[in-house]
Amino acid sequence: MIPYLIATLSVVVIFTLAGLALNLQWGMGGLVNFGLFGFYMLGAYICGLLVVRWGLNPLVAMTLAILTTAAISALVSLISIRLSEDYLAIVTLGFAECIRLFISYEDWLTFGTLGVSGITRPFAGLVSAQWSDLAFIILAISALCVVYVVLSLVSASPFGRLMRATRDDPDIVGSLGRSVLTIRLRSFALGGAILGLAGSLHAFYYGYIDPTQFTPIITAYAFMAVVVGGRGSNPGVLLAAFVLVFVLEGSRFLVDYVPGLDGATLASLRLIAVGTALVVLLIIKPAGFGRERPTVRAGSDLKN
Amino acid sequence: MLEGRNLTVRYGGFTALNDLSVQLRSGMVTGLIGPNGAGKSTLFSVLAGSVVPTTGQVLFGGEDVTSRPPVLRARLGLGRSFQLSRDLAGLTVLENLLVAQPQRVLEGIGAALFRRRAIKARQAHMIEKARGLLLRVDLWRLADQPSAALSGGQKKLLDLCRVLMLEPSFILLDEPSAGVNPTRIGEITEFIRSLVADGVSFGMVEHNMGMVAALCDQVYALAEGKLVAEGTFQAVTANDDVARAYLGVGA
Repeated sequence: MIPYLIATLSVVVIFTLAGLALNLQWGMGGLVNFGLFGFYMLGAYICGLLVVRWGLNPLVAMTLAILTTAAISALVSLISIRLSEDYLAIVTLGFAECIRLFISYEDWLTFGTLGVSGITRPFAGLVSAQWSDLAFIILAISALCVVYVVLSLVSASPFGRLMRATRDDPDIVGSLGRSVLTIRLRSFALGGAILGLAGSLHAFYYGYIDPTQFTPIITAYAFMAVVVGGRGSNPGVLLAAFVLVFVLEGSRFLVDYVPGLDGATLASLRLIAVGTALVVLLIIKPAGFGRERPTVRAGSDLKN
Repeated sequence: MLEGRNLTVRYGGFTALNDLSVQLRSGMVTGLIGPNGAGKSTLFSVLAGSVVPTTGQVLFGGEDVTSRPPVLRARLGLGRSFQLSRDLAGLTVLENLLVAQPQRVLEGIGAALFRRRAIKARQAHMIEKARGLLLRVDLWRLADQPSAALSGGQKKLLDLCRVLMLEPSFILLDEPSAGVNPTRIGEITEFIRSLVADGVSFGMVEHNMGMVAALCDQVYALAEGKLVAEGTFQAVTANDDVARAYLGVGA
């Protein structure tokens, strides 16, 4: 049971990171990133290839993957200044598909559809194999904590306020002398960094990556987490991602307990259940569970 | 002073502005009037920076700003309001004002993480400033409400307060009375008048002639993309060409 719990928790933590990144970009910033899985894939591949092909220390590889994904993400956002929501969604989705095609076919660099195997985890030399999963989960949870603190500070700061203002009306923000492009660039870079981190953890966790692991369903999970958790609310999205992925991943063991249920049926039933739950939720609580908090309050001296 | 020199704007084959020159002087309110389709909104957009003229120049304080986008004009001290009551709906009334701090400092991600003390100190100072403005228009009591909850007239006042946070020397108002309850128009008029007394200059596009008469020291009347008359409100409204533009040929 414990190994299973750790395995599920690892997946949960990685998806939660993706959900938080999307909450930053779309929830707070209003930037529809349908290509989320592409940036995630990029992070996983940069990290995996640096470790396997060039023998870099896993932590160094992860850092480089985070920085590179952030930089590429920022470059993609440069397109966004002229694009409104729907078009940005198409551009990011197109970008992600390009990444996937590039990785699938440029096997001189990426091993193509064979995938990258033998990705060693950080601290692999320090901990014995039986504790490897535990060491990984500690690393992953620490990373999640750091990301959560950073995002909470950002969302309560003047930058967070500017992001939300840009989401609500970029023309007003521009007319107040603030560069909408810079704000979007920074939010995409920070979101990209988090996705690079999530991708790296994915690579470490499985130890093997191939293009079929990265599909738009990752984007869909992240959007579900933000919709359920409430756009702009970090605690809401954190909790929603946790619950959502725990239910999705955790229900796998039902196969062993419910007679007449096979894996394929369960997988379909799970999707039906999630879909139904989402629809019901959007009817009874359209804004999600969490609330966006104001960055400042006038508070007690309002009466003066 | 905000000046437009020989402005022409063509949209395809249509000429929206035809070799038009205006001078919006400091220390007063300049009105831009004219019937629908006269080119007022185009002129406004050219002065505010959201439309680049086909030919001609825009000068602000003697500097050529023709090709500068609104974001850079705002940094020079040229603010603007919006015709429809647009707001930053997800932000509170107070937050709406804090977006528009005069200095653009401590607004990055690095500051959010490592300069929290400085942000806090600065924010306290800015809240005081915002409070002063909001008290003048009786919105301070709503400071913590989401701005989406305000009425049309209140949103106009909020829009104006937000621009004022930037301490601009010149503000362009796009139909300040549009969508506002008539009793509140007087309130907005009074507020603008008090701001002129404080030394802010205004240029405004306006359909409400009562408001133009009450506020504008200088009026430009436009028709079909050309200047028809200029002068005081009385002089301009007494002009036959202006009456003809509004009422049609033969009036």
